[in-house]
Amino acid sequence: MVTNITNFGRSGLSDWLVQRVSAVVLALYALFMVGYLLLHPGLDYATWNGLFAQTWMRIFSLLAFVSLAAHAWIGLWIVITDYIKPTGIRFVVQIAIILAIFIFLVWGVQVLWGA
Amino acid sequence: MSMLQVSVYRYNPETDSAPYMQEFQVDTQGRDLMVLNVLEIIKQQDSSMAYRRSCREGVCGSDGMNMNGTNGLACVTAISDVTKNGKLVLRPLPGLPVVRDLVVDMGIFYKQYERIQPYLQNDTTAPAIERLQSPEERDKLDGLYECILCACCSTACPSFWWNPDKFVGPAGLLQAYRFLADSRDTATRERLSELEDPFSVFRCRGIMNCVAVCPKGLNPTRAIGKIRELLLANAT
Repeated sequence: MVTNITNFGRSGLSDWLVQRVSAVVLALYALFMVGYLLLHPGLDYATWNGLFAQTWMRIFSLLAFVSLAAHAWIGLWIVITDYIKPTGIRFVVQIAIILAIFIFLVWGVQVLWGA
Repeated sequence: MSMLQVSVYRYNPETDSAPYMQEFQVDTQGRDLMVLNVLEIIKQQDSSMAYRRSCREGVCGSDGMNMNGTNGLACVTAISDVTKNGKLVLRPLPGLPVVRDLVVDMGIFYKQYERIQPYLQNDTTAPAIERLQSPEERDKLDGLYECILCACCSTACPSFWWNPDKFVGPAGLLQAYRFLADSRDTATRERLSELEDPFSVFRCRGIMNCVAVCPKGLNPTRAIGKIRELLLANAT
């Protein structure tokens, strides 16, 4: 048993499961977006704004953002633990990444529910 | 005369400041030799050449090495299978400390093997004669017990290169599953609890280098998938 404290879910099993479930959510969101853009060739601001004014789209988008945050945390944590061996530097990089993910997530919520 | 050009990794830490490649010309007499035969001819040319070998028939797992970029057992690999453009490049197994020439320190590989407790654990009272197993239960061990611990797979695995102290590696995980799958072993829960961290099993990214190089044709990636399934099935 290898002890870890900076990974997403404290357990490799939960990280692995979250990584796969979030990947499915992101795939569905990406497919929806591509499909929507293909079905609306002459997309204008009003239509785009109308899409995101609907509650289901906001929930779907927030779900995708949360999935992206978890997916990025787990994925980058794995990359960092492979390549950055000095604990001090690794910890600082991890904190920076987690902070960036948090900022992007809050910003995303603000975009979805803001004016 | 049919000469084979062989380039061999040489390093003697007592005399060399750095490893280097030494060129040899080996007369194969037109025969499709095994790589180990080529090394034996080289050993006659230069007796300081160091490599491990024992059974010379793919059973002992001593002569695992990197031949033209691919890990394998020198004794069961024909030069026609690995030689590119008439040249053979021999290096030690990647990722392990070199003791001398093609001899590597397998310490960390064995440490990971030891960690998965590679022995049958059963806390129930031993029956008078032996613990019985049905033919179906025995079949589950096929493809698992044949491992000879040559380390070709683990040293072909980038996840093992980066974290040999934390990731068990394909060889160890194949054996971990060998005991998880054994109907006579009762320590399944304890074994699984030792493997659920982000490194021991989950550092496997499924690139299947282990499957590609295994000289016994085993499939550690499949065993790792089975361990993940067991971990998932035992979790809430």
